[in-house]
Amino acid sequence: MKIFKTLERYMEKPDAEYIASGHRACQGCAEVLALRLAFKVLGKDTILAMATGCMEIISTPLPLTCWRLPWIHIAFENTAAVASGIESAIRILTQKGKLENKKINIVGIAGDGGTSDIGFQALSGALERGHRLIYICLDNEAYMNTGIQRSSSTPYGAFTTTSPPGKKSIGQSTWKKDMPKIAAAHNIPYVATACPSYPYDLFNKVKKAKEVNGPAYLHILSVCPTGWRIPSEMAIEYGRLAVRSGVFPLYEVENGVYRITFKPESLIPVKDYIKGQGRFRHLTDKEISEIQDRVNKDWERLTKLCEITKA
Amino acid sequence: MAKPMEKYTWRDLNVGCVIDEPGSSLEYKTGDWRNLLPVTDYSKCTKCGLCWLFCPDNAMKPKDDGFFGPDLDYCKGCGICAQECKFAAIQMVEDKK
Amino acid sequence: MKKVGIEVSLAIAEAAKLARVEVVSAYPITPQTHIVEHLAELVADGELEAAYLNVESEHSALSACVGAAAAGARTFTSTSAQGLELMHEILFIASSLRLPIVMVLVNRALSAPLSIWGDHSDVMAARDCGWIMLFCENGQEAVDSVIMAYRIGEDRRVLLPVAVNIDGFTLSHVIEPVEFPDQELVDSFLPPYKPLFTLNPERPVTMGAYGMPEIYTEAKYAQEMAILNSKAVIKEVMEEFGKVFKRNYRVVETYNLENSELAFLALGSINENIKTAIDILKAKGTNVGLISLRLYRPFPSEELLEVLKNVKRLMVVERAMPQGATNSPLFNELSAFAFHNGLNIIMENYIAGLGGRDVDPQEFVNIALNPFKKDGKLNYKIIGVRE
Repeated sequence: MKIFKTLERYMEKPDAEYIASGHRACQGCAEVLALRLAFKVLGKDTILAMATGCMEIISTPLPLTCWRLPWIHIAFENTAAVASGIESAIRILTQKGKLENKKINIVGIAGDGGTSDIGFQALSGALERGHRLIYICLDNEAYMNTGIQRSSSTPYGAFTTTSPPGKKSIGQSTWKKDMPKIAAAHNIPYVATACPSYPYDLFNKVKKAKEVNGPAYLHILSVCPTGWRIPSEMAIEYGRLAVRSGVFPLYEVENGVYRITFKPESLIPVKDYIKGQGRFRHLTDKEISEIQDRVNKDWERLTKLCEITKA
Repeated sequence: MAKPMEKYTWRDLNVGCVIDEPGSSLEYKTGDWRNLLPVTDYSKCTKCGLCWLFCPDNAMKPKDDGFFGPDLDYCKGCGICAQECKFAAIQMVEDKK
Repeated sequence: MKKVGIEVSLAIAEAAKLARVEVVSAYPITPQTHIVEHLAELVADGELEAAYLNVESEHSALSACVGAAAAGARTFTSTSAQGLELMHEILFIASSLRLPIVMVLVNRALSAPLSIWGDHSDVMAARDCGWIMLFCENGQEAVDSVIMAYRIGEDRRVLLPVAVNIDGFTLSHVIEPVEFPDQELVDSFLPPYKPLFTLNPERPVTMGAYGMPEIYTEAKYAQEMAILNSKAVIKEVMEEFGKVFKRNYRVVETYNLENSELAFLALGSINENIKTAIDILKAKGTNVGLISLRLYRPFPSEELLEVLKNVKRLMVVERAMPQGATNSPLFNELSAFAFHNGLNIIMENYIAGLGGRDVDPQEFVNIALNPFKKDGKLNYKIIGVRE
């Protein structure tokens, strides 16, 4: 398989699957795809701590599990703390000679609610303490597991069941919380955004996250056909549109240096991303242009950050 | 093989309900969910593997001849493979199972 | 082994060191702080080879312990009051996942009004979380209980977390004579933790899966069996502890109960005051006994029945409010216990020592001599309340 040859640059075993089929993710779920791809890079020597959420609930109905890596789920808000505990245990047990001395990737995984809302404090603590762990936020922009409620990561104007548009409401009335930059503000060695629609970019970033000495934060846009109200086959394409419109720029922050990793020649209009998504159906042209203005400003700011932090 | 949930007594569960059969979800066949079935026109297929790469269910499997084909036990019929195929080699057709 | 005078909190940290804890994760809260401060010192000085996590909350403190225990480490944490309540969610998960974490719970009153002082409102709100619960009356018991707690919790027949309760300030901050066992002896009594399942890439397991209605009941029943069956192991461990360290413990302790039809029943260090009252009463010719539950969870039913066989009047003293229930928590449980076992005992419910309020032994003397009769709305008497 020629694709396997290409992938060998990023991973030892391209054909290894660490999430078994038979998981119960919705049709076209790009979130489980993001994990499938990320784990290929992380490989066998990985321990996962996962928050309550879609990926937890689709994977482990007793007595079955789709995980082929050691996996633990405790609760919703504490993934980073659980991962901290695992990392500390592995470190001390290795130091004491109770475990073989080899590198194990400790990975905390949560959705956008489990990261930017309820798990925010535990995450901040873990990043500040400097554990050698990788935290992956799978951002599908709402509480999809409980039925599409808004989170602080839901984009402005989006319909959710708790931010419904109406005569007196545009839908989500606040702007998306900028988690990657908040993570970067902890001055950790590596922060990146990624999207499975750009698999090679994602592979690169997981590989870097795996190699840094200290916390790494990966924020992965995970298109949710169910919650975004799009056809299941369009999950990859909408990720692409999010990136190409500048709504979700792909960038990384390596030791404080910002770098855009995928720079479109010119950004496509935000409207091209928004139209076709049921969650934005109610937006007027005026409202869309308001979003466009915001995206322009954010893009400009990101570009400047890249310039001023350049070594 | 894990037995059906309703057959488990309390003694059958591991301490702490730990599951020590990695990947046992293979027993759960999500192919039942499918309405549409991916059908590949192998004359158009270049064996690039994008359908395999983008499948959320790891249901597009490499075959001995270098082509890829759906694993009907797990393919949920989402249509990503057909949508993402650069050569329009995959069509989603009604699954008359 | 000679006795040294030491603050009980520091002695507890030394006990954790003797138990060779590997991961300590804690968040400061009065009156627990001296324990974790001393552990931090021990780690900083290289006297204890452990990872010390300065987490950002109690919720994370216990969460990190759960992660560390799941990865195979011997873990320790400690908290009080609000901290315990913040951990509450994770208390259930630690026991359901069957992880032998040891927590020293320095009992303190719950807000509001904010009070840093001792009572049992914190532990009573967390009494049914599936943890084994021990109560200590003095520093020596606290030290010995920490060592025993690991041996109990890590036993393959048990695999449950253990909370060692000590009273805030009245026990945690006092200097007491404590005899520390030799490390060698502790090592022989408490071998290294050998977990049944761990998060290990060589043998991947899934921990914390979810249970559909078809399986949840069986999962919880299995856990219930584990805590009920743990009592036999607890007794076995206490007995072996006695043989090795020459200090004997029982799950239910008594004081002056022989030939006494009148008895107090209480938890923790307030028992020291009750014992003083009992001595005063004895000098005056009134024979009163004391029943102390060293083990509270699992509830030591058979052992309690045994000691209650001659008791006609039982005065239950509790450091927690009923919060709208008929009586205070332990009393309610004892009432049900007496009813189900057909005991014909007059039971009186006294509430004392809330939010660190001192209780003069004379108060217990008065209770013993003047039984509480329900005359108003309340089914209990709050000692010393100004109405």
